[in-house]
Amino acid sequence: MNAIEIDNVSRVYQKYSSRHRFQTFKSALLKGDFIRSLKPDELVTALDGVSFNVEKGRTLGIIGENGSGKSTILKIVAGIAKPSSGRISTVGKVSALIELGAGFHPEITGRENVFINGIMLGLTKKEITQKFEEIVSFAELEDFIDAPVKTYSSGMYMRLGFSVAINVNPDILLIDEVLAVGDASFIPKCLDRIDDFRRRKKTILFVSHDLGTVEKICDKVVLLKNGKIAAIGEPKRIVNVYLQDIARKQEKAFEKKKAEKAPGPELGDERREDRWGKREIEIREVVLRNLLGQEKHVFSPEEGLAIEMDVVSPAAIKDFVFGIGIFNSKGVSCYGTNTQIEEFQPLLVQGEGKVVCRIEKLNLINGTYYLDVAVHKNDGYPYDYHRSLYSFLVSSTLKDVGIARLPHSWSFSPAIKIKK
Amino acid sequence: MNLVQNIKGVWKYRVLIQNMVSREVKARYRGTILGFFWSFFNPLLLMTVYTIVFGFILKPKDLSIGDTPWLYALYLFCGLLPWTWFSSSLLESANVLMINGSLIKKILFPAEILPVVTVTSNLVHFLFGLPILLLFIPLFGKPFTPWMLFLPVVILVQYVFSLGFSLLLASLTVHFRDIRDILANLLTFWFFATPIIYSLSLPAIQKSHVLRIALNLNPMTHIIGGYQSCLFYGELIHWKKLGATFLVGLLFFIVGYYVFDRLRDSFPEEV
Repeated sequence: MNAIEIDNVSRVYQKYSSRHRFQTFKSALLKGDFIRSLKPDELVTALDGVSFNVEKGRTLGIIGENGSGKSTILKIVAGIAKPSSGRISTVGKVSALIELGAGFHPEITGRENVFINGIMLGLTKKEITQKFEEIVSFAELEDFIDAPVKTYSSGMYMRLGFSVAINVNPDILLIDEVLAVGDASFIPKCLDRIDDFRRRKKTILFVSHDLGTVEKICDKVVLLKNGKIAAIGEPKRIVNVYLQDIARKQEKAFEKKKAEKAPGPELGDERREDRWGKREIEIREVVLRNLLGQEKHVFSPEEGLAIEMDVVSPAAIKDFVFGIGIFNSKGVSCYGTNTQIEEFQPLLVQGEGKVVCRIEKLNLINGTYYLDVAVHKNDGYPYDYHRSLYSFLVSSTLKDVGIARLPHSWSFSPAIKIKK
Repeated sequence: MNLVQNIKGVWKYRVLIQNMVSREVKARYRGTILGFFWSFFNPLLLMTVYTIVFGFILKPKDLSIGDTPWLYALYLFCGLLPWTWFSSSLLESANVLMINGSLIKKILFPAEILPVVTVTSNLVHFLFGLPILLLFIPLFGKPFTPWMLFLPVVILVQYVFSLGFSLLLASLTVHFRDIRDILANLLTFWFFATPIIYSLSLPAIQKSHVLRIALNLNPMTHIIGGYQSCLFYGELIHWKKLGATFLVGLLFFIVGYYVFDRLRDSFPEEV
């Protein structure tokens, strides 16, 4: 049985591009087009013919970039917004965790707010009285419940809002990015609660940018793009589609940035802060590729990286060292090496050539990295030194910390019950 | 009919309305030392000011009101108290959808609850002020009469009229924010166009046809007149006029609710 059926739903928002012209009574009356000015000049399509079903007891994740229509879907399912066309039906009580604590009144106490918020979300007074203790203890606000809400910290505010909303005990729960604001100890508690909901065969619609969580808790994922469904299916696959999408986008942004910057020999010989050396040997171009030879700027930690340097040496030079260095955004050196350290003996370089440093597996954590490349003498005298002129991105769903991802595995003795 | 269904929908939320009204009432004076006594003091202070200016300084000679400044003060109070209810209901309603924008955007509930709560919580303040008025009636030498029992009828007429007006204002202000400023000025004008600080039997009004008709076309004239009849003059309320006013109020309510309902879907985007 389907708990949510969305059939060819579109939502068009009206954008009043000339609104400042008719926003006042005076102008509306003076122009004499009172009625016409109430009509929009421009329409923005937030959702465009979206159809999907959610079976009862399933958790559906919705991912996509900002403005792709995720929240609009939730609002339509919640009934707050009406679809411009199409049909939507839901079975059972719907509760939306769209903005926690919306409707809290700052001047009155947490206790009174719990009652009003609860009634607003569809509980009866009796139900709230029964659940009151649970709501307060879940929010960990026993000591503050009789203080005015304006004295609460934003975390306390959010916890109370979540606690009320989750205790509404709906058949369909809509969650919109609300977990992003909780502190480290509250989020696992919320996730526990969501798991509990899933065990009790409730239907959940989960909107989030936290792809790791989406992958973990959803049975199915919808990827939205510009108001349309770009992909729908098994979480891991869809999250990957989305990540590749982002990577492509980042690639483009990088290329654009590179085109603007365009460092190169044509800049002349003047000493630049991020490039120095007399260029007896010159590094003309640096290209980053994956191990399949595709030029790339966004890598997954499992991927390899090949740093390709086109070098040219007009004269015959016998003393040279090629080196690379990778720095993270904080300027911490993640890895550096050169041909001298690795005991290569320089013999001769003359004319054009190509140097490739091949890293089999990046093993770096999420983030932006900057690359130094250089060619210099054995004693350190620089021919051509490029300081952080190149950058690349490592993107992954894992949230491990530190500098590098050390290859590792876990094992547990049988007495330890743990699962992934 | 749509209207009936809407009203039924609101009725389902009566517990919420009740809680929100009590929240509004509690929140308004929270943090003040005198607390909800301000519901008494505000009209009392206002009455004092008007009594000093009009009763003692300007000294209008209006024999229908009486010849002492105290009687005049009582007459003023009979009109000021309901007028405060009316004007603050309207002023707050004009803002209420914007102030509660986060609710309208995030939670599914009938938005008309908000103006209903505004008018109702101002009614509660009005009711808090009533005992003071009732206390002053014998104190200033006027008798209690059985006609006073018609007071709830007058309150009902005013409630329907205010609510209709509030619904209209609340929904239109979302699209035309200048209504708030227009309203503040309009209410000042309206206050003086209603026999609150003067009575209809003033010679200047009795002599002028136009003025009499104009004042009689003002629904608030008859509503305030109703209060003055039951509380001050101690006579039967003017059935026909008040009845007609009720019908006008009902019309306002239907029109106001209709406009509100038509604009309803635009609220989540526009507030």
